[in-house]
Amino acid sequence: MESKELIPHLFRTEYSKITAVLCRLFGFEHIEIAEDIASDTFLTASEIWGIKGLPDNPVAWLYGVAKNKAKNHLKHHQVFTSKVAVSLGSATAALPEFDIDLSNQNITDSQLQMLFAICHPAISSEAQISLALRILCGFGISEIADAFLINKETVTKRLYRAREALRSAKIKIEFPNPAELDKRLDAVLTTLYLLFNEGYYSVNHQSTLRKDFCLEAMRLTYQLIENPATNLPAVNALVALMSFQASRFDARIDADGELVLYADQDERLWNAELIAQGKYFLGRASTGKSFSKYHLEAAIANWHTIKEDTPVKWENILMLYNELLILSYSPIAALNRTYALYKCKGKPAAIIEAEKLKLTNNHLYFALLGELYTGIDDAQAKRHFTTALNLSKTAADKQALQKKIDTL
Amino acid sequence: MKNFLFLFHGNYNTMLERTPDEMQANMQRWMDWIGGIAAQDRLVDRGNRLEPAGKILSGNNVATDGPFTEIKEALMGYTMVKAGSLEEAVKLAVGCPILPGGSVEVREISVM
Repeated sequence: MESKELIPHLFRTEYSKITAVLCRLFGFEHIEIAEDIASDTFLTASEIWGIKGLPDNPVAWLYGVAKNKAKNHLKHHQVFTSKVAVSLGSATAALPEFDIDLSNQNITDSQLQMLFAICHPAISSEAQISLALRILCGFGISEIADAFLINKETVTKRLYRAREALRSAKIKIEFPNPAELDKRLDAVLTTLYLLFNEGYYSVNHQSTLRKDFCLEAMRLTYQLIENPATNLPAVNALVALMSFQASRFDARIDADGELVLYADQDERLWNAELIAQGKYFLGRASTGKSFSKYHLEAAIANWHTIKEDTPVKWENILMLYNELLILSYSPIAALNRTYALYKCKGKPAAIIEAEKLKLTNNHLYFALLGELYTGIDDAQAKRHFTTALNLSKTAADKQALQKKIDTL
Repeated sequence: MKNFLFLFHGNYNTMLERTPDEMQANMQRWMDWIGGIAAQDRLVDRGNRLEPAGKILSGNNVATDGPFTEIKEALMGYTMVKAGSLEEAVKLAVGCPILPGGSVEVREISVM
């Protein structure tokens, strides 16, 4: 039925907008009230629209109902403060009738402020992502539970602890002042990138949902670009990076839900529009004097939009990974750099470098060693792939590694 | 983990004799070498090169021009790494592009 399809889509987009405005109104101490009112609004919508059909303007309907519920809550609260407090002998100020501003500008401002408030270094990144998914992206508890393969109680607990952490850190829902902006923006970009990776690197039954995580991460990053104060080179570089990676969504998973490695992907399934978008934002990011790690990663991703193996591609990628590691170390960058080294200088040289890395807890490390030893010492390669298989966690990774072992 | 300083000693004049292509190739060798250290998560500070001109202040606060462009083992730059021991730090320095003509002095940074 029409309304059943319309509501989930609306819930996602409008929930975050309504919650953001109400959170700002009620403050973080009462964040649950804001969320309750928003949820209540959608509950009412599904009840009434199910019976009476869709209103002419569903969004306006939702906002109208949300406003009324919020006003009723405040009035009720006022009743307590005015009547009950008076009888207890304390003075009260009459709460003026005010309107809850659900204009486009206030929504955008509130969402941006919520984004900064949630992506605050005072709370753990796990907490940030959970809150971002719930409040900023409007995902339901079951959806989050399904996506992370955990149960609903765990999700609820995580969200509860996250809100408590924000409350005790007394974080205000406001735009950071210019002196703090760079540092706070750093935290926001880190969280958005983590959110994107949650969607990108996991392959399970909920793969369409995980794709939504990527799209949500991109949407939130766009909001930063649309705001002049945060339309900075690093943010543009991050959008470029996300666009390049997202362009390969459809090619990464085959009809059986298995992971297709880059070398085996059908280029025709790469999204040309997203690649063009990536190049556009990379261009915009290349202004000014500073560069961030996102610039380097986006430049590398740009090279990967050319599937052909050429010396110039891999020499550039190696150079970029060197710069990236010098700027900011990560195990993944170290592994990818070693792969690029193999492409430039051959397997024996890469093996020497790889064995220095000693990332013995990482299945990708052994997968790389397996790759490098293939053709040089197949028995050793098999041993490494087997170690990788035992360390890997997802079904897709295990399948891909098993395939490697079987072809040796 | 301790911090170590790599002090690069070499001949400034060999630099001047390089062609643009050779300079490019040399830069790539340095990037690969430092990148290799960074990949092992052992780089603390990529450091800097030092200008050839300089002064030496000594004796009774007398400053004289440095002979850095005339000697073969002038201090040309530095990098900071971390390692568990001096031996490990020396291993990290292996393959440094300043060799074989120049040298790398590997020194542990004292902790107060």
